Amino acid sequence: MSKAGKSTGQLAWRQYRLERKLFWRNPSAAFFNLLLPLLLLLLFGAVFSGNKTYINVIVPGIAGMGVMASTFSALAFNLTFLREQGVLKRMRGTPMPPAAYLGGLLANAVTNAVIQLTVVILVARFGFGIGWPKNWLELIIFVGFGVSVFGALGVAFSHVIPSFDAAPAYVNAVFLPVIFISGVFYDTNTAPAFLTEIARILPLTHLIDGLSAAMVSGDPISTQMGSLGVLALWGAFGLFFAIRGFSWDDGS
Amino acid sequence: MRIGDDQRNSATQVAFGTELVLDRASPLRFRWEDGGVSTLETDSGLAIEVKDLKKSYGPHEAVSGISFDVKQGEVFGLLGPNGAGKTTTVEILEGYRSRSEGSVSVLGLDPGQRPQDLRERVGIVLQSSALYANLTVHEALSHFASLYPTPRDVEETIALVGLEGKEDSRSKTLSGGQQRRLDLALALIGNPELVFLDEPTTGFDPQARRAAWDTIRALRSLGTTIVLTTHYLDEAQALADRVAIIKDGLVVAEGTPSEIGGESAHRARISWRDADGTLQERETETPTRLLNEITGEALSAGIELRDLKVSRPSLEDVYLDLTSEEVDTDV
Repeated sequence: MSKAGKSTGQLAWRQYRLERKLFWRNPSAAFFNLLLPLLLLLLFGAVFSGNKTYINVIVPGIAGMGVMASTFSALAFNLTFLREQGVLKRMRGTPMPPAAYLGGLLANAVTNAVIQLTVVILVARFGFGIGWPKNWLELIIFVGFGVSVFGALGVAFSHVIPSFDAAPAYVNAVFLPVIFISGVFYDTNTAPAFLTEIARILPLTHLIDGLSAAMVSGDPISTQMGSLGVLALWGAFGLFFAIRGFSWDDGS
Repeated sequence: MRIGDDQRNSATQVAFGTELVLDRASPLRFRWEDGGVSTLETDSGLAIEVKDLKKSYGPHEAVSGISFDVKQGEVFGLLGPNGAGKTTTVEILEGYRSRSEGSVSVLGLDPGQRPQDLRERVGIVLQSSALYANLTVHEALSHFASLYPTPRDVEETIALVGLEGKEDSRSKTLSGGQQRRLDLALALIGNPELVFLDEPTTGFDPQARRAAWDTIRALRSLGTTIVLTTHYLDEAQALADRVAIIKDGLVVAEGTPSEIGGESAHRARISWRDADGTLQERETETPTRLLNEITGEALSAGIELRDLKVSRPSLEDVYLDLTSEEVDTDV
């Protein structure tokens, strides 16, 4: 009986636009989401400016980190905050369908990931002269997988975080080891064997492998099926716990 | 109870044979295509019916069989100490929690099934002001208005809660009382038939409370049904048409603020200080006669009765009486 109401798609779009507005009104969040990856890229790029091999590692690495930061970390933070503040509960009491609300939040995170990737691609092209991505379709596929997997994992992880005060510790306890082990800053093939073993089961490693193929080497997607498979498994795992553990209030 | 859509449709065909445009802002009003308006009476005139409601969390029973009705258009107060089960009860009515047993009907619908229709017709003020800190008052209200099929006008809502002049202020710059008023505005923006107010004036200064009371009275005069939970008994006394007092998951008293607790709870009390300065107190159902006797004796003895007072117990006295155990242990 919502014939006079708006469609889920329209409401998701409205929520998305609101989230974009709020994002730009929070300068510190905007900084960490957008400028930090850029800063890291420029720093590492400057230090290793003559080393083409290293630049080829760091560009897809930072791109992958950007995807994880803007989806996994941002959603885990935001959902913990919104739940603790009671915003989720308030939205639950309105006619807005949960799918529209969460769709708006997710689309906001995906937009940030796309902005970061664009920045990375532009700096790689014009700053380091490594050229445009070799395979755009492959890039789009891996970015699509990346935001879905890390989005789902971020929502699922927010269920584990007990309070917003604890959120930075929880998120960084996962984020920092994962970006180091997954080879954001170095080639995992040169790392000690036990780290390589761990890296092989982490989703970020496979996202970076795929991005590297799409952006740097131009290896066709058929060579990346293993990475897509691992990402799909993580995506299924994340989605299951994202839905299963979801609560609209903090139970207090 | 509101008549169902099926009934409305059949009524349309049988009685009128003309297509009607339903005005969803008010369930009882039909608007004809030519602009004329017809009104229908409801079956029971009840906005909320609760029968034998129970809610258990594991072995702990938070609500142990509560029944009450809320009539359309009335202000209904739910009182009780912390942990008595009133928030659980209200959250079941709001659709936030499931019930363990019993039946609940809100505007003729079952909130446990979370019907979209119900959320379009109900406004909720939660205990915590969950606001978007970086949105202005006007932006927040416009956004929430877009979620409802027949929202109230944004400017009108701002005026209703007394936030004029703050339209372009971000929520985080508002005072605590102003944030609560924005909270209320967000609950009213959908033009609800029924509003749940959970401790709406906690933390207000006396002036802000009076202003909030005026808003609630204005809502009532617009025909909105209001369920109010509050710790302030003067608030319930000032606003509520009827109240229910909940204790240990049960309704221990229900009625109008003046009649609640039964006859005996409302006997007049006459008090004075005797010659020694000791406070004397008598309860009676015939205060005129008793007062005459006491003052007669005093006059003939030539004594002035100090602090002579005739009073009726307030809702607060009745409340404290009914919930005294909790007060003893809490304080």
